[in-house]
Amino acid sequence: MVNLTINGIQFQAETGLTILQAARTQGIYIPTLCHDERLVAHGACRICVVEVKGARALMPSCSTPAAEGMVIETQSPTVVEARKEILRLMIENHPLDCLTCEKSGNCTLQNLCYEYDIKEGGFNGKKKNYPIDDSNPFFTYDPNKCILCGRCVRVDNELQCTGAINFIERGFNTHVGVAGDREFDNSVCVSCGNCVSVCPVGALMQKQPEKFRYWDIEKVRTTCSYCGVGCQMDLLVKNNKVVGVEPVDMEPNNGLLCVKGKFGYKFLNHPDRLRTPLIRKDGVLKEASWDEAMNLIASKIKDFKKESGPEAFGALSSARCTNEENYLMQKLFRAVIGTNNVDHCARL
Amino acid sequence: MTNGINELLGSDVILVIGSNTTENHPVIGSKIRQALKLGTKLIVADPRKIELSNDADTYLQIRPGTNIALVNAMMHVILKEGLENKEFIKERTENFEKLEDAVKDFTPEKAAEICEVDPEDIRKAARLYAKAERGSIVYCMGITQHTSGTNNVMSMANLAMLCGQIGRESTGVNPLRGQNNVQGACDMGALPGTYTGYQPVIKPEVAEKFAKAWGVEELSLKAGRTVSDMLNAAAHGDIKMLYIMGENPMISDPDLTHVKHALEHTEFLVVQDIFLTETAELADVVLPAAAFAEKDGTFSNTERRVQRVRKAIDAPGLAKADWVILMELMNKLGYSKTYNNPSEIFEEIASLTPSYAGIDYARLEEKGIQWPCPNKEHPGTSYLHKGVFARGKGMFMGIDYKYPAEMPDEEYPMTLTTGRVLYQYHTRTMTGKVEGLNKKVPESYVEINPDTASKLGIGNGDKVKVSSRRGTITVKAKVSDIVEESVVFIPFHFAEGAANMLTNAALDPGCKIPEYKVCAVNLEKAV
Repeated sequence: MVNLTINGIQFQAETGLTILQAARTQGIYIPTLCHDERLVAHGACRICVVEVKGARALMPSCSTPAAEGMVIETQSPTVVEARKEILRLMIENHPLDCLTCEKSGNCTLQNLCYEYDIKEGGFNGKKKNYPIDDSNPFFTYDPNKCILCGRCVRVDNELQCTGAINFIERGFNTHVGVAGDREFDNSVCVSCGNCVSVCPVGALMQKQPEKFRYWDIEKVRTTCSYCGVGCQMDLLVKNNKVVGVEPVDMEPNNGLLCVKGKFGYKFLNHPDRLRTPLIRKDGVLKEASWDEAMNLIASKIKDFKKESGPEAFGALSSARCTNEENYLMQKLFRAVIGTNNVDHCARL
Repeated sequence: MTNGINELLGSDVILVIGSNTTENHPVIGSKIRQALKLGTKLIVADPRKIELSNDADTYLQIRPGTNIALVNAMMHVILKEGLENKEFIKERTENFEKLEDAVKDFTPEKAAEICEVDPEDIRKAARLYAKAERGSIVYCMGITQHTSGTNNVMSMANLAMLCGQIGRESTGVNPLRGQNNVQGACDMGALPGTYTGYQPVIKPEVAEKFAKAWGVEELSLKAGRTVSDMLNAAAHGDIKMLYIMGENPMISDPDLTHVKHALEHTEFLVVQDIFLTETAELADVVLPAAAFAEKDGTFSNTERRVQRVRKAIDAPGLAKADWVILMELMNKLGYSKTYNNPSEIFEEIASLTPSYAGIDYARLEEKGIQWPCPNKEHPGTSYLHKGVFARGKGMFMGIDYKYPAEMPDEEYPMTLTTGRVLYQYHTRTMTGKVEGLNKKVPESYVEINPDTASKLGIGNGDKVKVSSRRGTITVKAKVSDIVEESVVFIPFHFAEGAANMLTNAALDPGCKIPEYKVCAVNLEKAV
């Protein structure tokens, strides 16, 4: 354990934590942009700087180990002025189109500029002018909005391990892109969208057929319905419609998803969804009421059971349905109809 | 999986066999690659040069259907070089002599001929796995979908037990389940031979327990029919009524001509689904169901983790959650039990299923729990077989290599293997409705080795007629050295150019799994 004092609060923290981690154990807020607990600390954006008594310069809290006896200020005037300067530099080279940017309300840069009262950069410096890459069917990449925090690059290389994107060039011309400055769709990118999920600004954005503001949505935590990994995800819901999916940083997926989990939800509101029961009449499937359909099924079950016994029935249950539904299916066939002819596609 | 997904990060050697992990279980694929960054060594055995083969320390491009030859030879090397875990074999296993007998003559040279790989690579793989401190096997349908599927799985167990690579953290045998709740469907007794938690239907005391709990006089002690058996019985008129919930055998099952015949001959076919699938089109009654985001419930993932599914939106039109439909049908048939919500159904499941006994919705609120979880205080179980196997001692099986049911011949000289791709899912009921995914992989295709393609005068993108004894399809050629000269691959997702028009419905005699991974085909350029 180490003894620390942050903003006048004395406490003990576990050995081996960074200043940021130690502060968080006490609920002390320090802003971050490039930080992600799952990644190797990067110290790129410096928005998390704090004042450590006796140190010559401000220290990035995300990558500075909390050492015995440290006295730390997270909101001193020097710290606040440093953060303002960082934000001015960032916003100087960032389009101020928050009015129409889909990220508005969920943009860390916007939130921090609000917090620190930054309206503009004010340097009148050179502006970035890159083409927007919308080659990928699921997301767009606008390098002009990128603040070079590197979260996308690190998630891609350290966690997703595809290695499609990296930093290209140096100095003012530094930007994130796929090798050879090609488009996303001409790269090894697998469209997992894990870079999109971590982008703190509007540089990597899901393509949205319908507009929504982040403050209008409700999040519902659930389990992905594709493969057997069982990734945990939040469905973003607006007006009874799923408009996006965000990965959850917990087991088993620890904040990762694949292309199907992240972007493959649009079947939900597809116009071809079945909306009513159908009964075949004169060779054609025709819309029917639930009562008609259920009465027909029940009467057929009774007839066949009388004529041919319970072994004349078979059920294909579903690896797509819930545990509770599979349980009821086998219960229906075993307890009510009387046969063990129940199986599903485990082998297929 | 005997172990949790994240335990793979702690393995020092991972053997991936018959699993295209980065495409079919992408997040587990990423975890494996994360492990490699931490220093884990990787062995890959697969007929296709899948992405992970590029990351492998040893890659074995085996012929489809030759898993047992490979594993037997690996075990031959391990025994010959004294790399087996003698203590584990003595303390925790039985029947070791049978295994010794079976692999005694199975030299790497012999296997190399069958598998068409370098015998030195077999030796390398054997040494790497056997010497690992914590070795993990990861496998999928490339192991199971064979007429030797059961034996393939037992071979995985043989190899793990021989090296003591099971029953510890990050050390085990890990089949990856292909669908969101295939683990749960099995756990719930949606199988012809077992009730929930794999309690056998043929045991009178089990049947009595369920009959009492369900308030019925008696339950059948006769094991039921598997999917393939049911379809055969339907074709012969022995089954009059089939009730299909959330499955699409008209794409997913082998030999589709036969499936169609069977479904058309079923007197009364009920299909309950979210779309009018190819199977639903043949139904007498179609019931509209709610999708996963429209209902509450639980799924059990491939590492046995029971996790919540939560309702986010309403189902369209008159569609209802599957559990509601099933309950209402039971009620209509005179069985009066009702449930107000899935949580109540789960309580009934837990009361009848020892491995789920300690789980309830309140506990699942924060995070999932891995079964077995025998009581409310139990934290769940990350890895299985610690200290002792479920049956006591681990039983070695002496397994001989057998050729697949259908081998290439003059008429059908090529071997077809099938599988999935990253951008599509199973029969495309869901992914087929997502524009971006269909932009990525819009249609069926056949992967052909460049040498084979040039011999047959086939260019990339050309239409190719692929025929087997069961049917013919026309698909686009994708010329790629991902496959060897005598092997072709077709994804099974598509209704147009359906791979399962070609596949062989020959079954594993034990578990009745069809041999999707090997059949003989002929290729010609379509005119």
